[in-house]
Amino acid sequence: MNTSEKYKLADLVVAHAIKNGAQQASVNIYENRSNNIEIRDQKIDSLKESNQSGLSISLYVDKKYSSHSTNRLKESELLRFVEEAIASTRFLTEDEFRSLPDPEYYYKEGGINLNTFDASLDSVDAKTKINLASMALDEAYKKDDRIISVSSYYFDSITSSVMVASNGFRGDAGKTNVGLYVTVSMKSETGRPNDYWVESSLFMEKLKKTDLGKKALERTIRKINPKKILSGKYSVIIENRVAGNLLSPIYSALQGSSLYQKQSFLIGKQNKPVASALFTAIDDPTIVSGAGSRLFDDEGLAAVRRPIIEKGVLKDYFIDNYYGRKLGMKPNSGSSSNVIFETGPKNLEELIGSLKKGVFITGFIGGNCNGSTGDFSYGIEGFFIQDGKIIHPVNEMNITGNMNQFWFNLIELGSDIRENETIRIPSLLFENVDLSGI
Amino acid sequence: MDFKRREFIKISGITAAGTLILPPFFNSCKTTRLSDNAESYLGHFEVTQDLLRKVISAAMEKGADYADLYFEHTLENYSALEDGKVNSAYSNIDYGVGIRVLKGDQTGYAYSESITSDAMLKAARTAANIADGSKVVAPVKINEYVAPNYYPLVNSWEGTSVKDKIPFIQRINDNIFAADKQVIKVNAVLGDSTSYILFFNSEGQLAWDYRPMVLLYGVCIMEKNGQIENFFVGRSHRMGSEFLTNELVDKLSKDVVEKTSLLFTATKPKAGEMEVVMGAGESGILLHEAIGHAFEADFNRKNTSIFADKMGKKIAGDFVKIVDDGTLKGKRGAINFDDEGNESEKTVIVNNGILSSYMHDRISAKFYNVKPTGNGRRQNFRNIPIPRMRCTYMENGPHKRDEIIASVKNGVYVENFSNGEVNIGQGDFTFFVKFGYLIENGKLTKPIKDFNIIGNGPQALSDMVMVADDLLIDNGIWTCGKDGQGAPNSMGIPTVKIKKLTVGGINA
Repeated sequence: MNTSEKYKLADLVVAHAIKNGAQQASVNIYENRSNNIEIRDQKIDSLKESNQSGLSISLYVDKKYSSHSTNRLKESELLRFVEEAIASTRFLTEDEFRSLPDPEYYYKEGGINLNTFDASLDSVDAKTKINLASMALDEAYKKDDRIISVSSYYFDSITSSVMVASNGFRGDAGKTNVGLYVTVSMKSETGRPNDYWVESSLFMEKLKKTDLGKKALERTIRKINPKKILSGKYSVIIENRVAGNLLSPIYSALQGSSLYQKQSFLIGKQNKPVASALFTAIDDPTIVSGAGSRLFDDEGLAAVRRPIIEKGVLKDYFIDNYYGRKLGMKPNSGSSSNVIFETGPKNLEELIGSLKKGVFITGFIGGNCNGSTGDFSYGIEGFFIQDGKIIHPVNEMNITGNMNQFWFNLIELGSDIRENETIRIPSLLFENVDLSGI
Repeated sequence: MDFKRREFIKISGITAAGTLILPPFFNSCKTTRLSDNAESYLGHFEVTQDLLRKVISAAMEKGADYADLYFEHTLENYSALEDGKVNSAYSNIDYGVGIRVLKGDQTGYAYSESITSDAMLKAARTAANIADGSKVVAPVKINEYVAPNYYPLVNSWEGTSVKDKIPFIQRINDNIFAADKQVIKVNAVLGDSTSYILFFNSEGQLAWDYRPMVLLYGVCIMEKNGQIENFFVGRSHRMGSEFLTNELVDKLSKDVVEKTSLLFTATKPKAGEMEVVMGAGESGILLHEAIGHAFEADFNRKNTSIFADKMGKKIAGDFVKIVDDGTLKGKRGAINFDDEGNESEKTVIVNNGILSSYMHDRISAKFYNVKPTGNGRRQNFRNIPIPRMRCTYMENGPHKRDEIIASVKNGVYVENFSNGEVNIGQGDFTFFVKFGYLIENGKLTKPIKDFNIIGNGPQALSDMVMVADDLLIDNGIWTCGKDGQGAPNSMGIPTVKIKKLTVGGINA
């Protein structure tokens, strides 16, 4: 289905919903094509090709609301599907807050070209893709006697969608993504350590295709024979690649639904300090060719660049249309786009070099955060640092704290942002962090 | 993206709600009850025996060793309560066929959401490219496999209107608000799904299955002197709407209110290594994370599991027997046959403390030259089957619960969890404790909450020094994530004591 065919079908379904008793309706139709290739020890392990499409519809029927999705897109079936969905919606209880967004918040046509679609990706042949994965693997394969297994992956995805709402919204979007991933597994006295390296880009041409295997191998070697250290309060550096994990409880607590459900430790904190003054994070959907860039969100709300936390002060929440109405707040999008952090002057090596004693965290394993209280506890792995040097790998430890206090312990930002990620965050240095070990 | 980590997530989100939507072709099928009639499944997917054979021939035409077709039609419904009313619903229809081709241990995979001759042949030829020769494959003889039924249905979800579901969801809300004045919010969700599965492979095996699933949960949010706490209790089974009873709803409501109110006095434990007693039931998460994933044969075949060289070796005390069972009636992890046509079974993984079997899919069973164990599962027709757990539990041991608790001077007792994870190669595993108690001088004392426990799989197994005789299978909403695919699980364990795990707590 091309874009105009998708619009045609979406228009038909919206019109049919209105004709059959819905006061409002919005429809999204998407198509996705993707390829996944896995190579293990220089042999193809799996080749997978995916083609999928689907339609989802939100229905507003006599102040009652439901949503539905299907991957059966034959016109006659869809019309019947809508009729039955409307009939079933009538069984629900009324909800006065359910209606489509006020059109004043919608994206209007004529926005900038965000350039998120690589039109050439569709014509890249399977052989080229297999070669890319093979080259990445060869950088590590048999490069060390302790290697047990090296796997590499190629993945790509081409997505296009249109959205039509009965109160005037029309929009379409397209995004591509391509990436490579290498993982190395080794034998050691204490276990079979593994590590990985991944690169991705919206454009095949911009994808970094070298050094993945090399980095995965180096990272695996340095993890051999880890040791636990004593429980205590430590200075901690969190590597850029995983620092985003600690942001997710904050972003979850900023959601309108969390605020309304009283499952947020950030209720009533707008314009108040919630972190160290070094913490500035901007939500910026307008970056050209950004991984999380968009002109409008999944409700059609126009995308706007805005600070979320500025110099440690909470500036804004993520409010979608429904919870905006329930909370009496203006909707500004219920989901984040590109998360842009400020950076500091030191690169990662300099950050590590500046530490007298501490732990450099390179991975999280399990754990969770209580959304209501902000209490968190996660498993970690990484390295023990003394006098600015990595001494030995550590594992089987936990980091524990409370989100409302933890971010005030942020004392330095690295300069090492990964540009191709949705969350562009540098490595972070915290002081006085609770770690549990021996 | 981290392919090595296995995450285990318990549903606790607040989802929308649902009702039954049927595509028109469906209404003509007489399949609202379980059927032994393969023809009705062929009719359901609008395929003929000839077409099945033709697609398999196309999948094999480049010299593959094996191919299979997995047809799926799934209908899902969710109904949700917020602010005291069941006021949103969600439904989904998913339909398609996955075509898999094997050449040795190599896999080619493609799927089609359109079940027509042209679309299937195209997908079959794409998947066939994993092999690079050519051969003419004669159509196979069809051989029906009638599997035992581990989830006999009384009332199908397809025959249950949203109108009939609403009172049970509403009852959760009303029970919880009535139970405690400090309740400020309640959320409740009922989700059900029904899958029609038709399976056919290059060995001629034809099998079909009708898979019901239901989940129900309540979230209680309370406020006391400015402090807010919430707790989640859910239940899930492979059952029809006979699942819905007032008794079940009342018990669920009571459990969630009681636990939420206990959280107001709960604190965090001290940080560091200590003795950990794991209560019967939900603590089965220990088996799933610390041991289960590392026993899935794909990691062992690839040599990346910490247990890869441990088959036949002593890995735990004599009293440790761990099984993975797909045959427990109506359990979330039950399965009539796995997603590559293999018989479901009770697989003994650890017997008398000795590692006795991995959990296999077709590829790994061939690699190890053993009979498949029925663990080859996939999230849906879009995914390649891989070894997955079903209902993993430990059999009863020789000790008593009270005796175990009494044996601990300073430690923790844990009984509710939200999620866990494992690193297969290093063996490190974690689980996040939502609720438990301190053990001081052999007695349960202060409630504790919200901390992570981390340990190492082989070490934890050998440190399992006591196992009680109170096995409990947990019926929570457990979904395991692996290689980007979700799979429903059950788990269970009697009360056990681990000599030493690292508790994520506070340093003085």
